[in-house]
Amino acid sequence: MTSTLPDLDIAELASREYQYGFASDIDTDLAPKGLSEEVIRLISQKKEEPNWLLQWRLSAYRHWLAMSEPTWQNVHYGPVDYADIIYYAAPKSKKKGPSSLDEVDPEVRAMFDKLGISLAEQERLSGVAVDAVVDSVSVVTTFQRKLAEAGVIFCSFSEAVRTHPDLVRPYLGSVVPYRDNFFATLNSAVFSDGSFCYVPKGVRCPMELSTYFRINAAGTGQFERTLIVAEEGATVSYLEGCTAPRRDDNQLHAAVVELVALEGASIKYSTVQNWYPGDAQGRGGIYNFVTKRGRCAGAGSKISWTQVETGSAITWKYPGVVLQGEGSVGEFYSVALSANHQQADTGTKMVHIGKGTKSTIVSKAISAGHGQNTYRGLVKMLRSAEGARNHTRCDSLLIGPQCGAHTFPYIEVKHPSAQAEHEATTSKVSEDQLFYCRQRGISEEEATSMIVNGFCREVFRELPMEFAVEAQRLLSVSLEGTVG
Amino acid sequence: MLAVQNLHAGISGKEILRGLSMDVQAGQVHAVMGPNGSGKSTLAHVLAGRGPYEVTGGQALFDGADLLGMAPEERAAAGLFLAFQHPVEIPGVANMYFLRTALNSLRHQRGQSEVSPGEFLRQLEDKVSQVGLDRTLLQRSVNEGFSGGEKKRNEVLQMALFEPRLAILDETDSGLDIDALRVVADGVEALRGPQRAFVIITHHQRLLEYVRPDRVHVLSGGRIVRSAGPELASELEANGYGEARTGRSTDELARAGASR
Ligand SMILES: Nc1ncnc2c1ncn2[C@@H]1O[C@H](COP(=O)(O)OP(=O)(O)OP(=O)(O)O)[C@@H](O)[C@H]1O
Ligand SMILES: [Mg+2]
Repeated sequence: MTSTLPDLDIAELASREYQYGFASDIDTDLAPKGLSEEVIRLISQKKEEPNWLLQWRLSAYRHWLAMSEPTWQNVHYGPVDYADIIYYAAPKSKKKGPSSLDEVDPEVRAMFDKLGISLAEQERLSGVAVDAVVDSVSVVTTFQRKLAEAGVIFCSFSEAVRTHPDLVRPYLGSVVPYRDNFFATLNSAVFSDGSFCYVPKGVRCPMELSTYFRINAAGTGQFERTLIVAEEGATVSYLEGCTAPRRDDNQLHAAVVELVALEGASIKYSTVQNWYPGDAQGRGGIYNFVTKRGRCAGAGSKISWTQVETGSAITWKYPGVVLQGEGSVGEFYSVALSANHQQADTGTKMVHIGKGTKSTIVSKAISAGHGQNTYRGLVKMLRSAEGARNHTRCDSLLIGPQCGAHTFPYIEVKHPSAQAEHEATTSKVSEDQLFYCRQRGISEEEATSMIVNGFCREVFRELPMEFAVEAQRLLSVSLEGTVG
Repeated sequence: MLAVQNLHAGISGKEILRGLSMDVQAGQVHAVMGPNGSGKSTLAHVLAGRGPYEVTGGQALFDGADLLGMAPEERAAAGLFLAFQHPVEIPGVANMYFLRTALNSLRHQRGQSEVSPGEFLRQLEDKVSQVGLDRTLLQRSVNEGFSGGEKKRNEVLQMALFEPRLAILDETDSGLDIDALRVVADGVEALRGPQRAFVIITHHQRLLEYVRPDRVHVLSGGRIVRSAGPELASELEANGYGEARTGRSTDELARAGASR
């Protein structure tokens, strides 16, 4: 039955706060604070990168020096001191690039166990391949052998640069050029690790791929970079999850994700983002400034983004799709929650270039406490996009009187036969809904979480099952203390 | 079981219930009738603990406990059920999931263990056949897009499933076809017993022909102005509320007559 998601154990959850807020005592290799060409050379050297990549980083850095931080987004935060960030932090490993679980530092394994992601168990039971990224580096990737048999390459970005430079080089920066925007450019200069996935022609990836991102070290930023390429007719589903320790200062996370789908290929990219959101007074939390974009390069290709954004002090991201191939399809399904003092300015960009391209946007924004939630979306249909179609639905749900929801849809249609439709609603968790539930014995908190989960159902349905359950759970936890 | 004494309550500063008293014994069925806007739903909501209503005087005891001091969900756990005049839609929440969550919440509050999914399905199946609810409504969102009659049936289903000790039915018979009316009556009759009681708010005598009430009250201007046996319902059906509205309660009249 698709309509009913499994139960949540709310009573148990009621006693929890951000449960991933612990920090682990891992022996860490740190670069000196601040950003300079030396630091970039150091990062590149630690990763034993080829010269072309170092040069690419340096070009990005020089470009970045001349850029200024964007200010158009509807979020407010104090200035970020880019000189006060550690751009590279890596758990020390006895050997470089551990290839099996036995070689992973026991502290790191213990941390993942505590996060509820037992790497050993993942390998044995769940059949989901995991790339585990801590701070700036990937600590292990499971299932590589099995995936290799199917011809799928799934490894850390650094490893891919070493082992498959011919696959990385033509695609790196091909969707998000290093000049793209302030944070993407910064990432291009200092990016450390992330995942690389390559699915060859005609291959349906035999299992879900996932990356678990963990920021552990204090005072560091995480700048990962992920690249997924699906060749003609290939299919892949990829998930990412994120957590970070509870700390009083803000930490910067500026990632870049690039997806490339060739003819008839399909990429499904799901995110459950639960970075530390800061405390109830708005102290601390992650600044999540991320650039994610896919390119439907071939005819009939499809890229689908699903995101559940419950964490971070500030979320600023617009996963988009460039629809080049004829009849290609882009989708964006989003749940964004801003509780306490969280701020989210998120949405998508759908750029229709090819004939008969289609896009669907479903955004569910939830604001509670003092949370501010902005949907910002661009649907652009170029002169070449004959018969292009877009449908956008933006629903906002408000919980309590002090929060806010804002919608900024931008629509540009250049071909007379192209059509973009936009629907938007704003509603509240109503007193009569809550009372109805409470009359049936359901507590106010549980009722709120049930109503909010119902509001998000269309998006949760797009997630793989385990992630849907996780997403529901996160939403309930994040809403705790926001009612009443 | 339920003792309401001199209850005063209102909303946004407007007094609606003005000294209402009624006494419902275990095993009894009471009917409450009265003109539109007289405060029947207000009474139901105040007894169930709806927030925006303010109680300004009087008391209500449920099995001797102070009902008005309890949270709505505690009243539900104590066995009070309200079938809503206007059941609320909850988009995206599957009806079946809602029912199970509610049942388990009630059990949890009572210190009972959760019902297993299998056991729940068995119980639900039983009650669904009893009230003749279209099974597809279990997969749909709670009340969303349900017809008027389907919403009422869904309320009766919940009553059957939760087996409350005191059920207040607020115009559950309004807008129902004749078969559905029977369903409501059968729902009440199936639960009726020495441990339970019902307060049936209605405008029509028809339901009361299927479910014989022990007492019929007329609520007017925020008070019970008349109370009598089931014959009062047919009298009201014939004559309207005109007389009852102005009159003293028949009990009072009867007592006055007897003492003369
Ligand atoms: N939120 C409110 N603000 C002001 N007045 C209200 C409010 N809610 C109810 N009332 C008023 O209280 C009075 C009693 O309403 P109530 O719903 O209890 O009547 P009722 O007896 O159930 O009527 P009906 O037979 O039409 O269902 C009405 O005059 C109604 O307009
Ligand atoms: Mg009413």
